[in-house]
Amino acid sequence: MAVKMLGYFERSSVIHQLSGFTKLVIFLLWSSAAMLTYDTRILIILFILSMIIFKLSKVQLKEIRYVLMLILFFLLLNNIAIYLFSPQEGVKIYGSSHELFSIYGRYNLTLEQLFYQFNVTLKYFVVTPVALLFIITTHPSEFAASLNKIGISYKISIAVSLALRYLPDIQRDFRTISQVQQARGVDFSKNEKITKRLKNVVSIMMPLIFSSLDRIDTISQAMELRSFGKHKKRTWYSERPLSKLDWYSLLISIFLFIVIIIVTFHDGSRFYNPFN
Amino acid sequence: MGKPIISFQQFSFKYHSQVEPTLKNITLTINQGEKVLILGPSGSGKSTLAHCLNGLVPFSFKGEMTGKLTIKGKETKDLDIFSLSKIVGTVLQDTDGQFIGLSVGEDIAFTLENEQVALEPMHKIVQETTQLVGVDSHIDYSIHELSGGLKQRVSLGGVLVEQDLDLLLFDEPLANLDPATGQYAMKLIDQIHQKQEKTVIVIEHRLEDALQLEFDRIIVIDEGEIVSDTSPNQLLASNVLDKVHIREPLYTKALKYSGSVIHPDQNPQHIDQFLLTETNKERLNTWQEHYQKEEKPIDSKPLLNLDQVNFSYEDKKVLTDLSFTIQRGEMISLVGKNGAGKSTLAKVICGFEKHSSGTIELDGQRIDQESIFKRANRIGFVLQNPNQMISKHLIFDEVALGLRLRNVSEKEVERRVHKVLQVCGLYPFRNWPISALSFGQKKRLTVASILVLEPEIIILDEPTAGQDLKHFTEIMDFLEQLNHLGVTIIFITHDMHLMLEYTSRALVLVDGQLIADQSPVDVLTNDLWIEQAHLKRTSLFDLAIKAEVEDPKQFINHFISYDRKVRKTWQ
Repeated sequence: MAVKMLGYFERSSVIHQLSGFTKLVIFLLWSSAAMLTYDTRILIILFILSMIIFKLSKVQLKEIRYVLMLILFFLLLNNIAIYLFSPQEGVKIYGSSHELFSIYGRYNLTLEQLFYQFNVTLKYFVVTPVALLFIITTHPSEFAASLNKIGISYKISIAVSLALRYLPDIQRDFRTISQVQQARGVDFSKNEKITKRLKNVVSIMMPLIFSSLDRIDTISQAMELRSFGKHKKRTWYSERPLSKLDWYSLLISIFLFIVIIIVTFHDGSRFYNPFN
Repeated sequence: MGKPIISFQQFSFKYHSQVEPTLKNITLTINQGEKVLILGPSGSGKSTLAHCLNGLVPFSFKGEMTGKLTIKGKETKDLDIFSLSKIVGTVLQDTDGQFIGLSVGEDIAFTLENEQVALEPMHKIVQETTQLVGVDSHIDYSIHELSGGLKQRVSLGGVLVEQDLDLLLFDEPLANLDPATGQYAMKLIDQIHQKQEKTVIVIEHRLEDALQLEFDRIIVIDEGEIVSDTSPNQLLASNVLDKVHIREPLYTKALKYSGSVIHPDQNPQHIDQFLLTETNKERLNTWQEHYQKEEKPIDSKPLLNLDQVNFSYEDKKVLTDLSFTIQRGEMISLVGKNGAGKSTLAKVICGFEKHSSGTIELDGQRIDQESIFKRANRIGFVLQNPNQMISKHLIFDEVALGLRLRNVSEKEVERRVHKVLQVCGLYPFRNWPISALSFGQKKRLTVASILVLEPEIIILDEPTAGQDLKHFTEIMDFLEQLNHLGVTIIFITHDMHLMLEYTSRALVLVDGQLIADQSPVDVLTNDLWIEQAHLKRTSLFDLAIKAEVEDPKQFINHFISYDRKVRKTWQ
């Protein structure tokens, strides 16, 4: 069975009680703050906060380990790429150079570069838990409603949530189709050359696409017959009116966001410089 | 009788993509509060007629309309699909495919959301609707957790939530349902009609099952024209059904075969209220005495043998201690309700899934350690949906795929593919693109692509789902021919006709356990098995009891062999 990558985890926690809209807004504020600032002090505070928030959600780390591994892998790639393409970025930013050792040409290792990449890594750690939480603690039914509420067209919102909905079905189809193709002799294992394997994957994609198109056909007929698209707006059964908890959380995050922006930009630089 | 609500006047419709009109010169009036069945074989135009009522034609499927269609006094071409959906509520045939919401409440609310109903009244209406269709205790359940019967209720609720509907339209409500759930669905429609007195239109080709509901009228369509418009009793007494290749109820068919003439006053629409005359009984009794047992020569050499096979999936036991033997040359059916483990069993046999314990033997040799690929040389599996199997553009390439991947020389590939295509009746189309084939032809193509590997056993998952009698007979006769050529065939099915008419043995699976391994006649007359496996007792048995036939099972066997001889003359 395909591993559960991302999905809704049913728990009773404060985080689950928040409406999807609140979580989405907080996620957006949070990630913009983390994106804008390079102030290490702020990042560390945010990191601690995000750990606390994650703890509150009662979701275990090991339940989402596959996604985490994937993100860590990209983080590693990103760090390697930064160093390969601009090994002197830290020096440029902080205006000093404390060389630890030299490798080749401009590829030396400086404290500044290490510190810069530490900041980048920290950003990942700040954003990841909150982003994941939005996805895994928002009931799929509420997902579309929240997207729509922040101004995304309801047709796109529904399309996104339907896609999430049908993912398990499509995974199941994929599995059956690939088994049937294996029986006919299509080889997906490592014994096959990579070009051949790619070609073989295509032989699954065709039946998968055609049977998914059938699905789409049915669902779009059903939607049309039930007045989908009649008006410019629609209401949402699963939408939850904002509670006190939501309002407090929103106010706190907006306040926090403003503070972060002020602290970050007050001296004209987004970077905290420990080397002065 | 109420006022007319629907009126077709010399109405014709031609899809843009077609040369011939699909509906020709339809003149038809349906009154408020009536229950009407629209009956016709595949391609007769009955679905198009339904689409004209709910607005999918002409608003989604474009084409040319002539004549007039008025609903509630307004011409449909002056309306739009949204205003029509306020009058006509449609329940589509594929219940699983039409759910949009995740939970029961959310799905039922879908129309209200689109109508911008505010949160509070919306929850109230949804609550009322769930009570109406009897799912109020499941309102927060995820739809996927529900049984087939409850799903039916939810899909009906999603339509009835629009409270001012005048008309309910059911597009093949029995398709894809097991016989017991089908019965349940028809009763549900009846209950709703009694509570709400809306006009009900049902589109179907499975007449006997549809007759669970007492219709006021049955309209028979064939090739785009109305060929009959009369009461159920009148229709069953006539010979219209034979002409349009609709399967008539087995009990009226048996009476006709025995030489009786049915009179509408005998109330033939329900077997339990059907009044048999003494002459009827006598004729049935004499008729069945002509029964000659047809022994199919089976050399009774065990081919496939399962011993104590278990299979678990995510810690859930799916198959428990399955043991059975299939003889070479048999045609058997594997029956049971949805989720009983039928498809899983097939996958375990083919090696798609790995069983947790037990042995599987083919021809005396253990095969349970062999790979999917290796087992496929001897056991083929054909999925229900041909679109899930087809991966090439040209018919020839599709059939050749398995051979080419086994490094067979191109000359040999051509020889074997041609031979298989001839057997499957697809040889003239061998250079055609697959997209040009009909559903039935695609089905045969997928069988061909398996057959080319010359397996000893083929397992087919619901080969006749959604097919009308003519296509059913075509597909099944083709498979029977293959059987005569020596291929052993296992059908996964809940089609009782397939079971009775074509297979010599039925394995009944309930919750992953084998509860019966008997002849189909024995299974379909045993009330306990029928209930556990969601089947339905064959009406032939009821008729035999009514006619005081000595050996009802022999009577059923006689009917089947007689009926098949008659149907052979169609081709």
